[in-house]
Amino acid sequence: MTMNIKFDYAFICKTIVQEQLNALDLDYDLKNLGRIEFRKKPTAAQLEQISQAFAVYGIEILSDQQGVLVQRIKDAVTVLVNDAEKSRKYNVSTFLSQELNYTYPHLSTVFSEATHSSIENFVILKKIDLAKHLVIEKNLTLTEIAHRLNYSSVAHLSAQFKKTTGLTPSAFQRIIKKRKERGITP
Amino acid sequence: MAFDLMNIVLADDDADDRLLFQEAIDEIEVQTKLTLFNDGRHLMDYLLLPNATLPEIIFLDLNMPVKNGMQCLLEIRATEHLRDTCVAIYSTSSSEKDIEETFVNGANIYINKPTSFAALKKAIDKALRLNWQYHTSSLNRDSFLLRI
Repeated sequence: MTMNIKFDYAFICKTIVQEQLNALDLDYDLKNLGRIEFRKKPTAAQLEQISQAFAVYGIEILSDQQGVLVQRIKDAVTVLVNDAEKSRKYNVSTFLSQELNYTYPHLSTVFSEATHSSIENFVILKKIDLAKHLVIEKNLTLTEIAHRLNYSSVAHLSAQFKKTTGLTPSAFQRIIKKRKERGITP
Repeated sequence: MAFDLMNIVLADDDADDRLLFQEAIDEIEVQTKLTLFNDGRHLMDYLLLPNATLPEIIFLDLNMPVKNGMQCLLEIRATEHLRDTCVAIYSTSSSEKDIEETFVNGANIYINKPTSFAALKKAIDKALRLNWQYHTSSLNRDSFLLRI
């Protein structure tokens, strides 16, 4: 036998979007079919999840080209900072222009316009973020971390840590330790 | 990708300090929508409303009547839907003990109320930019601490 069916496309699309977002436990408002408003801005990781969940149904998140390039710059910086060998071998500008096939001045301009910050600043932020991780999770000494992150000296690392966070590495370590003791996780 | 409008709340019982904060934030490049509260209880009542727009940063004065900044901080960190919101303490206290205690209790940022308007603008600007970087980049929020 054959059966004739009729589709309500708007209803189907809306249901899929709702199902996917509900599954990710996000608080949102479906304005109309092409527009979702989130009560709280999704994090980069959540955006990635949404984008993957939507891709299965051929739904694409529209984003500006500039934003995509900025994200690729951030990803490449993350790779470089996390790879001890690569970061010894390449400087940031050479690595980024090779990886992304743009001149460094172009990347630098796009990044600054979109983030109101510089690539250099982001690299420092990333390195200090990794230093924090190594201090907390791996219990490495500052000497080991300075070597791992290519700082010329412990003093240089400490100074950059203090400048970036306003805290000395030891005060930072003490605070995180006390937080863990009290079970506080912001 | 560029800055969207950033939602910010400030709880401070000092009217002059609220006004200065408002003026400073109006003059910085980041576009913000600021909501002000006179004390901690009004702030918490607002944050716990089911349909409240959640702020990206909560600025808290420490010394306030009814409910002080530290009490608010502890409540925020104990509340599921507020737990990962950035909290910035905005206080005149520069006692190392106070500062460390707020960080241990889950504050992300500690700003010593600056004495000049220019310094205040700079401090708010730094706090907003860094929080934004944490929000948009794969940085570890658990260890986001900043003292200005």
